Amino acid sequence: METSEVNATLTALAPAGPLRLDRDIDMLRFATAGSVDDGKSTLVGRLLHDSKSVLTDTLEAVERASRDRGADGVELALLTDGLRAEREQGITIDVAYRYFTTTRRKFVLADTPGHVQYTRNMVTGASTAELVVILVDARKGVVEQTRRHLAVAALLGVRHLVLAVNKMDLVDFDESTFTVIAAEFASAAEALGVTDHVVIPVSAQLGDNVVDASTSMLWYHGPTLLDHLEAVPVGIDAWMQLARLPIQLVVRAADYRGYAGQLASGVIERGDVVVVMPAGVTTTIVGIDTFDGEVALAHAPQSVTVRLADDIDVGRGDLIVHPRQEPRVVREFDATVCQLSDRPLRAGDRVTIKHTTRVLKAIVDSVNYRLDIETLAPESADLLGLNEIGNVHLRVSGPLAIDDYVDDRLTGSFLLIDEHDGQTLAAGLVGHAIRTKPGGERP
Amino acid sequence: MTAAGGYADTVPSPGELGPALHLPHLEVLESEGIHIIREVVAEFERPVLLFSGGKDSVVMLHLARKAFWPAPVPFPLMHVDTGHNFPEVMAYRDDVVERFGLRLVVASVQEYIDNGKLRERSDGTRNPLQTVPLLDGIVSNKFDAVFGGGRRDEEKARAKERIFSLRDEFGQWDPRRQRPELWNLYNGRHRPGEHVRVFPLSNWTELDVWQYIERESIDLPSIYLSHDRDVFKRDGMWLTAGEWGGPRESEPIERRVVRYRTVGDMSCTGAVESTAADIAEVIAEIAVSTITERGATRADDKLSEAAMEDRKREGYF
Repeated sequence: METSEVNATLTALAPAGPLRLDRDIDMLRFATAGSVDDGKSTLVGRLLHDSKSVLTDTLEAVERASRDRGADGVELALLTDGLRAEREQGITIDVAYRYFTTTRRKFVLADTPGHVQYTRNMVTGASTAELVVILVDARKGVVEQTRRHLAVAALLGVRHLVLAVNKMDLVDFDESTFTVIAAEFASAAEALGVTDHVVIPVSAQLGDNVVDASTSMLWYHGPTLLDHLEAVPVGIDAWMQLARLPIQLVVRAADYRGYAGQLASGVIERGDVVVVMPAGVTTTIVGIDTFDGEVALAHAPQSVTVRLADDIDVGRGDLIVHPRQEPRVVREFDATVCQLSDRPLRAGDRVTIKHTTRVLKAIVDSVNYRLDIETLAPESADLLGLNEIGNVHLRVSGPLAIDDYVDDRLTGSFLLIDEHDGQTLAAGLVGHAIRTKPGGERP
Repeated sequence: MTAAGGYADTVPSPGELGPALHLPHLEVLESEGIHIIREVVAEFERPVLLFSGGKDSVVMLHLARKAFWPAPVPFPLMHVDTGHNFPEVMAYRDDVVERFGLRLVVASVQEYIDNGKLRERSDGTRNPLQTVPLLDGIVSNKFDAVFGGGRRDEEKARAKERIFSLRDEFGQWDPRRQRPELWNLYNGRHRPGEHVRVFPLSNWTELDVWQYIERESIDLPSIYLSHDRDVFKRDGMWLTAGEWGGPRESEPIERRVVRYRTVGDMSCTGAVESTAADIAEVIAEIAVSTITERGATRADDKLSEAAMEDRKREGYF
């Protein structure tokens, strides 16, 4: 059967079926964040359910579990509360990843819990997200947690923000309640330099404006949540980015020596003159190889192997870039870090730093400041505790080719790792992480 | 310099140099998988790829071949052999090993039963018995990174799994102590005796896997496609008659046209009735299917609602 015939059959069989055949859809990674009891699990459950992403046996299991718990109908939250420990305690303890596909897109959803102590999970979820959906309860409006989630999303460079004002049914679908919340959120987002933000009134419980448009809020003329998720632009035009190819390893075979890596950003072409950082040696790309054959051009986020004209010393940890577009090569630098471990970060700490594919020793020279997690205003600090975000000065044991995080998410980010037990201590963002507003001052 | 002001000088405006560069989702997933596999080879001493002949392990091996081409795959495969294998899958496994010049390590459940280290279960199911030979195989070969084909869409307990999942000496997974994973930076540090399970297909769905198999024209064991088979019904699933213990007297054998959606222990892997004779038809069936892959075909996940979580904690995938 030809693919087109299969498509036709499918359409006939399942006009609202769960999955489609289009192979050339794009992929959007997004995250959700909300406070406890905002109904986030219900919203995610509703999104999966109404987009036909929940299959029969899964739904039956949830219906059984709902009955066992004495619930009236189906508790959609049970679709996402994965671990038994969570079901017993009625909480969500960690980032969970969900997948669903519509005719337009494949979605990867990082579902992050809302407790104060789990800010680190939001940082984790937001680090790969292009969009974040923040939830509020319409009865409570913008609360401290909302501002935290907003600040973390802004800090992590998430370009598109959505505020879902949930439980609209509990405020009688009142437009003025929504308008007040929307205005407060918009001004908070603008203050943090986020320009792409939308606010959507929803009822996850009843399904209003999640996938299907509400019939109870005819005053609202904007997109439903899924409409927006399907329409928001994905990715950055690679032509607009500086080329950054971190080398993962050297591929050696008979008469073959290539440098393998995944483009972090930008475009490379066969014949390009390039500079290998941090050494700063200039050479030329003579070939871009893939298993499927040689290509003339490659762009982020493709994994490729490149051959270089000159027999120079290149290996893991090096970064291939274009001339006149080199990153800074530093031995010390300021960075914003989010402390992920319960062990505080202090001046004098010796750690391992992992930046792209380069691993070095590092010393925390000083803690410059801590950020107020709601306003991102700096305040003085001499250590950073779990879930705190602040700025430190780092010295490293060798040259490091870095970009500011605001310019490149992958060559501007790093991990700090405990030298002894190997745990991940902190997530790092090179520089001061927030684009300065015109006329604004950073310390 | 890459300061904000630097961009305008050096980077052309959109469309100036070429057409829009768009990467479809299968290529995004492929590139991510290749990146993960290369990171492991660069940072670990003795990786191994768990290979059952199932479609996920086959796709994983395909990514590994792409990651190092034109050099060969620089690590061996390990098969945890329950002894209840589909002959077609064993033939496929051996053919792949020979064709791509790979090394195969086998961890045998049968051997453990024969020498008394494991006891057969009353229900005849051997999937829960795989854990011990798997962990012993990891320890005796000093493997420090173990590639698995697990996907987060398979089951709720897997939705919280990391791409790099640290296991203690007992192979145990503690959901509360997993390392946060940010950007594409993976932390593979581990103590002697510990190892890391790595899941390059974490972000793939069942449909992604099938679409990729079609796109790449990847060969699969023949049982994935429709064929005639003698089967009997147990717990709502079509099982294959065989030495492992089925059918009981009350379970009549019937000849049906079936295919498998997963490959595992014969005693608990069910076939679905299907006439899908090629990958495109399989995809068409999946697209309209309303039963999840595990729900349709794996009896061992049905034991309890939290079955998967318990088995993960114990060191099974």
